[in-house]
Amino acid sequence: MKTKLTLNQKAGLLSVGLFALLLLIWQLATLPEASTVAADVDPEYAALMGGGAASSASSFPTPAAMAQTLWGKLSDPFYDNGPNDKGIGIQLAYSLARVLGGFILAAAVAIPLGFAIGNSRVFYQAINPYVQLLKPISPLAWMPLALYTIKDASASAIFVIFICSLWPMLINTAHGVANVKKDWLDVSRTLEVNPLRKAFRVILPAAAPTILTGMRISMGIAWLVIVAAEMLVGGTGIGYFVWNEWNNLSLTNVLFAILMIGVVGMGLDSVFGVLGKRVAYQE
Amino acid sequence: MTSSSIHPFVQVENLARVYPSPGGGADVTVFDHVNFRIHKGEFVCVTGHSGCGKSTILNILAGLDTASAGNVFMDGREVTGPSLDRGVIFQSHALMPWLTVLENVAFAVKSRWPSWNKRKIRDHAMRYIELVGLKGAEHKKPSQLSGGMKQRVGIARAFSIEPKMLLMDEPFGALDALTRGVIQDELLKICAETQQTVFMITHDIDEAILLSDRIMLMSTGPHARIAEIVNNTLPRPRERSAIHKQLHYYPIRNHLVDFLVSRSKQFGALRDAPDAPSSPSIIDPEDLIETEAESTVAPMSHAGKPHIHLVNT
Repeated sequence: MKTKLTLNQKAGLLSVGLFALLLLIWQLATLPEASTVAADVDPEYAALMGGGAASSASSFPTPAAMAQTLWGKLSDPFYDNGPNDKGIGIQLAYSLARVLGGFILAAAVAIPLGFAIGNSRVFYQAINPYVQLLKPISPLAWMPLALYTIKDASASAIFVIFICSLWPMLINTAHGVANVKKDWLDVSRTLEVNPLRKAFRVILPAAAPTILTGMRISMGIAWLVIVAAEMLVGGTGIGYFVWNEWNNLSLTNVLFAILMIGVVGMGLDSVFGVLGKRVAYQE
Repeated sequence: MTSSSIHPFVQVENLARVYPSPGGGADVTVFDHVNFRIHKGEFVCVTGHSGCGKSTILNILAGLDTASAGNVFMDGREVTGPSLDRGVIFQSHALMPWLTVLENVAFAVKSRWPSWNKRKIRDHAMRYIELVGLKGAEHKKPSQLSGGMKQRVGIARAFSIEPKMLLMDEPFGALDALTRGVIQDELLKICAETQQTVFMITHDIDEAILLSDRIMLMSTGPHARIAEIVNNTLPRPRERSAIHKQLHYYPIRNHLVDFLVSRSKQFGALRDAPDAPSSPSIIDPEDLIETEAESTVAPMSHAGKPHIHLVNT
């Protein structure tokens, strides 16, 4: 009997197959090297060079070692053994707090400002050159300035997130507000709707999908930038964790952190995906 | 004589719209010397070729657009901006797609009576939703409705604020003939019940004859004007199925078709003369019957007149 697979089932099977293939390549690439190389070397010298018989394997973790680390780290994510040894949950929480802090500040500035810019051609043209100039600047370039003026590492990281989240939200809000269908504005004009009610009941829902797309882009960028920012400012956070584990030469932990960054980033993006669906409308 | 006939409900005086020429040459006058009056409870249709400025006139009446010259008075006061006194039904229905049918109508009701509580707003909105036959669909979003149903919501929304005058810009232009007929019948019924004053743009001559008390014919621009006003004396209540059996039906219809096919352009040429008349000639069906009788055309040929339905391009 032939069974037909649905599209989802086919895609799922292919995904699992690709994952198995990746594990296989990974396993093959990290197989212990043949010990013949080390045979004619003085074992004592080899041990000194970090290539003793016990550790002749590549220092890149095998899938099995990775799985073990994953299990170990995730079973106790919130332990705190001092500044250099915190659970992954705590590190991610620090990063998330900074990202959310900077992001919310940026939204609080960008959305009202975007409304104003989108509503007025004059304002739009006056602000546009500044936005075009400031937008392409890598947010990390602001870091020294932030450290100098704010004099606080964590707050500087938040500032950097603020700066990088600002532009997509500002541009999208202005664009969404400026492109609200004239028909809907005409309707509210003929109904003598007051400006505040018009802003919240007509313009905001009309522009919401565009605004939310801007927020989604901002959040994506913020999550990219926080890793780099925390590598610079140090102390806590997932970015600091990556750099710290690199200094410890623990590639297993670095790989683990990379995976976690991906998982959290995906989670943040899907939150905005869900919110976007909620405000979407079909004409 | 009642006071309303001395001071008409709506008075439009010497309305004109001039656009600066894009090439920097002489300005383009779309229409000028537009004069007409609308009495309370009257249903007036305007027809004419595309580009003669019908929609601009409607937007000026609505207060959404401004004239280059001239004035519009309604109820003794000059129209200077949009107002809840004038409801507008847009050709593109202009419903807010994120709101349900009920919310769309309730939004208008709440705008009209901000102090009303939720329940009162809801009940009032529902009454008009039922009036246009959309009971049961009140919780649907516009995207779930057919074109005809969307336009009904637009009608319910415009009527729900109980405006002094209703402005309709080709409200049924985007609908198929069958749906259009059904909604025209409903509009006829609602207008009879509410004694609504209506100003409506249409390209459909049969629609104009079915609905209106007077039909204003605009000449072709530039310098478009209201060339003729035809008094539509067909008795009410009117029935779509029986209206063509009325004595005056074909004379009126032929007169309108003739205008659109040939006379509208002649008027256009006439307007270039500096002393061209600025007030339209009033046409009564009685006169039309006399001229019909004088002509040698056989009566049967009336039915053979092509159905002219002009479409905005």
